[in-house]
Amino acid sequence: MATQTHDDRPVLLALKDVTKVYCLGDGNDVHALRGVSLEIRQGEFVAIMGASGSGKSTLMNVLGCLDRPTSGAYLLEGRDVSRLSRNELAEVRNRTMGFVFQSFNLLARTSARENVELPLLYAGATTKARHAASLEALERVGLKDRSHHHPNQLSGGQQQRVAIARALVNQPRILLADEPTGNLDSRTSVEIMALFQDLGRSGITVVLVTHEPDIAAFASRVVTMRDGMVLDDRRQAPVEARPRPEPDAAAGGAP
Amino acid sequence: MNPFVTFKVALRALLRNKTRSGLTTLGIIIGVAAVIAMVAIGEGAKVMVANAFDAMGTNLLIVMSGSHTSGGMRGGAGSMPTLTWGDLAAIKTEVASVRYAAPVCQTSVSVQSDEQNWTTMAVGTTTDYLSIRNWSIGKGAAFTQSDIDTGAKVVLLGATVAEKLFGADVDPVGRTVRIRGAPFEVLGMLAKKGQSPMGQDYDDAVVLPVSTFRAKIQGGLAQFIPGVIFVGATSSSTTARAERDMDALLRDRHRLGDTIESDFSIRNLSELAEARQDSTKTMTTLLAAVAAVSLAVGGIGIMNILLVSVTERTREIGVRMAIGAKPRNILAQFLVEALTLSTMGGVLGIALGVLAAQRLAASFGWPLLLRADIIVVAVAFSAAIGIVFGMYPAWKASRLDPIEALRYE
Repeated sequence: MATQTHDDRPVLLALKDVTKVYCLGDGNDVHALRGVSLEIRQGEFVAIMGASGSGKSTLMNVLGCLDRPTSGAYLLEGRDVSRLSRNELAEVRNRTMGFVFQSFNLLARTSARENVELPLLYAGATTKARHAASLEALERVGLKDRSHHHPNQLSGGQQQRVAIARALVNQPRILLADEPTGNLDSRTSVEIMALFQDLGRSGITVVLVTHEPDIAAFASRVVTMRDGMVLDDRRQAPVEARPRPEPDAAAGGAP
Repeated sequence: MNPFVTFKVALRALLRNKTRSGLTTLGIIIGVAAVIAMVAIGEGAKVMVANAFDAMGTNLLIVMSGSHTSGGMRGGAGSMPTLTWGDLAAIKTEVASVRYAAPVCQTSVSVQSDEQNWTTMAVGTTTDYLSIRNWSIGKGAAFTQSDIDTGAKVVLLGATVAEKLFGADVDPVGRTVRIRGAPFEVLGMLAKKGQSPMGQDYDDAVVLPVSTFRAKIQGGLAQFIPGVIFVGATSSSTTARAERDMDALLRDRHRLGDTIESDFSIRNLSELAEARQDSTKTMTTLLAAVAAVSLAVGGIGIMNILLVSVTERTREIGVRMAIGAKPRNILAQFLVEALTLSTMGGVLGIALGVLAAQRLAASFGWPLLLRADIIVVAVAFSAAIGIVFGMYPAWKASRLDPIEALRYE
């Protein structure tokens, strides 16, 4: 299962010679990115690897429009977003991106459904549309029956799946996941990766930051960073994530 | 994001920390309640003072005769009669700012009914007296000018006197009382007036025509008024002018040169009333100011809690920003949280303030005066406090960098 289709899929995002310099004020500027050029096509499942300090988190922040590059261009669906204002970036994130974090970052004491609805709140959707979309997103991650549960009533894997539902609810083009399995056990990690692969097959581009080769193996492309530069960029046949059957059948259906 | 959704998000955030929200609101509740109660108390006091002075008389000035000097010993004001009946007539006709002028001759007398007797103050005067003092007739009728002209033996009883002589709830009109041995017909009973600012019972008096008073009770020199002149100015703004004009008139009539001390004195009770009013007003302002300080302290409480809340919810803010909240959405959320806290505090504060004002008014025996404008101002002020003190934390939250915020532990 090689990546033979990559040529004809449209380019979704493209970095052109992007640098990011953090001025620390004591004269020692940190060059987090030193000229990164990268093209990611629609539907790709990209894992970004690298040791800590390699610039992979900065790359992720730039890709996620959370941060602007110091120089270079970032074309998202053909539009240069590297010089947008904070408000415009917020809008881009809201419409185009979905974020999944290592520590889930769900709002405490707030039901799963309301957590999932959050992006729609900022998109200005009506209550009815929000409810429908949030239930649909929860169904997609297999947690429709947990919509009224609060995060502290859910397992780690379930919380991460609520977070994924939240990332999906706006029907984004890109899903950005920062160490999404970092706080999960290996079996749950595989479940989450299976979910990502599934989303990739449905046309969503998934970009995943990880330092675990086991997790990167599920991606169709691995970009390795070192010292703020792309060290290696190769396509691979992804390992099919097949979650083992759950010992406890009640704990939510994995795809 | 529409305002209603913003409000819902803010409310949800506040409800997640009920105790904290409640305690924060308490500061505003106390502040608003204090403002409302204090202003109500001040208003009550003001009305009490105004009522007391109104009972004394409307735009009242009192002209007193001069002092008697004998062997180097100077008597007090009024110790020598210097005011003449001519002076009285002149004041009434020649001073434009004077509406009423009445002689007031007083002495203590014993009044007897068939069953009882009571020692009280007899006031010999004219019909103007009742107008000056805003004193209406409770039962029966007042005496008339012809009663004064003929020296009719008629009397008006104060409510206290009527009660002492005839008992409560007995109509004394038409009955006869004896004063200094002479029979007087009770023409009417005066309406109850209450106490003077000094605690004197206004209703413990009888009023009779000045001619009768002089003939039957206390004589004196024919030309001079054996008492004082009560003067009612045309309005509260003309009392000072009436005082000046009467002074000039009487000095002229008494042929006093520029260097000679006046042989009469004029007291302006309206000015006294105004001074008292001013002092109660100052007190009200002071009380309200202290209450406003507590309201401001409540506002600082809101700011404090919101700052804590922003720090505590840094990650939440980061998440919200990552998934598309604009800085102004975050600003709005925290502002609305502040506004909700302060407005809720304002509304509950009104309830508490009204209750407190009611209790205080009841215990002081004052009228309960709730000023609608103060309630509106207090709520508007508490809302403004929410915005002012919420602005800084909200602004701080909106300026957070999403990456930093997401990384915050």
